[in-house]
Amino acid sequence: MTKYTFTEKKDTRSGFGAGMTELGRTNPDVVTLCADLVGSLKIDTFIKENPERFIQCGIAEANMIGVAAGLTIGGKIPFATTFANFGSGRVYDQIRQSVAYSDKNVKIAVSHAGLTLGEDGATHQILEDLAMMRAMPNMTVINPCDFNQTKAATIAAANWKGPIYLRFGRPVVPVFTAPDQVFEIGKAWMVSEGKDVTIVATGHLVWEAIQAAEILEAQGISAEILNIHTIKPLDEKAILKSVRKTKCVVSCEEHQANGGLGDAVAQTLAQNFLAPQEYVAVNNSFGESGTPAQLMEKYGLSAKNIVEKALKAIQRKQ
Amino acid sequence: MQTQELRDIAVQVRRDIVRMVHACQSGHPGGSLGCADLFVALYFQQMKINNRKGKDTYLSFNMDGKGEDLFFLSNGHISPVFYSTLARRGYFDVKELATFRKIDSRLQGHPTTHEHLPGIRVASGSLGQGLSVAIGAALAKRLNGDKNLVYCLMGDGEQQEGQVWEAAQAAPHHKVDNLIAVIDLNGQQIDGPTEKVMSNRDLKAKYKAFGWNVMEIKDGNDMEQVVAGLRKAKRLTGKGQPIMILMKTEMGAGVDYMMGSHKWHGVAPNDEQLQKALDQLVTTGTIGDY
Repeated sequence: MTKYTFTEKKDTRSGFGAGMTELGRTNPDVVTLCADLVGSLKIDTFIKENPERFIQCGIAEANMIGVAAGLTIGGKIPFATTFANFGSGRVYDQIRQSVAYSDKNVKIAVSHAGLTLGEDGATHQILEDLAMMRAMPNMTVINPCDFNQTKAATIAAANWKGPIYLRFGRPVVPVFTAPDQVFEIGKAWMVSEGKDVTIVATGHLVWEAIQAAEILEAQGISAEILNIHTIKPLDEKAILKSVRKTKCVVSCEEHQANGGLGDAVAQTLAQNFLAPQEYVAVNNSFGESGTPAQLMEKYGLSAKNIVEKALKAIQRKQ
Repeated sequence: MQTQELRDIAVQVRRDIVRMVHACQSGHPGGSLGCADLFVALYFQQMKINNRKGKDTYLSFNMDGKGEDLFFLSNGHISPVFYSTLARRGYFDVKELATFRKIDSRLQGHPTTHEHLPGIRVASGSLGQGLSVAIGAALAKRLNGDKNLVYCLMGDGEQQEGQVWEAAQAAPHHKVDNLIAVIDLNGQQIDGPTEKVMSNRDLKAKYKAFGWNVMEIKDGNDMEQVVAGLRKAKRLTGKGQPIMILMKTEMGAGVDYMMGSHKWHGVAPNDEQLQKALDQLVTTGTIGDY
């Protein structure tokens, strides 16, 4: 398999911040909004360099989404930023009516998604946002996997016409994708080719998938890893091509099993090519306080769990 | 345009409203009739609108609205008055009003941009969202160096939505002084009088405390008062504060049996009631029904 190493760990939200810094310097239409979480979203540099293009919205997310929609009418490209919990479920109807249905060019850029938010606990650990946003017509949903990919996705989001939900996280994680890569929305990234099982992963689970594939390789099993950073529109072609070859799949996401990446993959397979699928996802429960590593372990989202599910999927093949 | 001409157009808009809701036997005539005078005063006199016409003879509509005033309807259920005003103003054929709320129409039950109806810049209907959007549009004008104004109409029942108050505190904080908001104080909502359902208490004191420059139009169904009020509001812009107009209207204004009650908030007239309404809505001008 293709080998991946890393020399440093960084948070994906800092990748977003780096992307915003670059956009601030290169795209005069980009405006940033935030609901009292500037430090967490790593947008200090953008604000320092472009104070007139930053709108502090206070702890009032519903209004922030509406203001962002209004800004697009004057040709602006607003990035509305907060935690994933407050930028999805809390404002679902505002996004639905004022942004998605109204076809407004708003980028909802949210940090602290999933369990790895850690110690703050379940009130803040949104695990349903991909499902909500995937169900919404006209919404593009992106969940990048490391610092470099998040930075590239942020820049790509500004150049994409239409609403985007861009989801990233809090903890530092290995930086293993190429710096200054070109991010193509809706196009899967072939992380590593294999023949026995397809591992489809998004967000923080991509690194776990690479670890899992290495363990599997030591057992003589060749895993193909596909990074689906864009949950919607889904790169069905890439998924089908891979699963037609390996005949089974494991989907991996820091999200509920209900309605997320796994269900998107299942929908594609059900309609095109039947194959055993196993889910690495949170199983119908809320999270809790703990360190990111403890939570990933307890809720079954670590490399070890991917290995188990891969073996099970392979076993289910005829 | 003279005030009498505006009055004539408002009567025609009211005829359109009752005919539209009658034709599809649904929709919201009460609030629509109450706001007809405001819409006509805005679109036919007070707002600066791009008057350029397209090849099809209708007004050419640019979503970005650069170089012109913008209007946002937050209480989207009074779509009949919005659609009629836009058609009468020249954004699209008045004949299209006959498609209101029918399948494959651009005139959806609540206003949308989805079907690309000229004149609509955001979807509304789920209440409480319009003021936020208007603030965003006003901030974009400021960033673009565009000196024109942004208007937003809300309902009084709509003031019960929490998001309205998020927006109410944001606009003065960011000194959005190119924004004129209007609240239609008709005192009625679906379940009854607003006072009974959920009292707004003193909206004037509330908005003042939030930092708005608050003014009143005592009778929003008197064209002269509406015009004078809008003129005054425009003079108050550019002074560091958003403007709020509290405008008293009568739900169902112009049709006697629809007035003074919440009963006609969302009910369509039958054939006989339609005729009775049309008999009361007589224009002295030359415009006619679609």
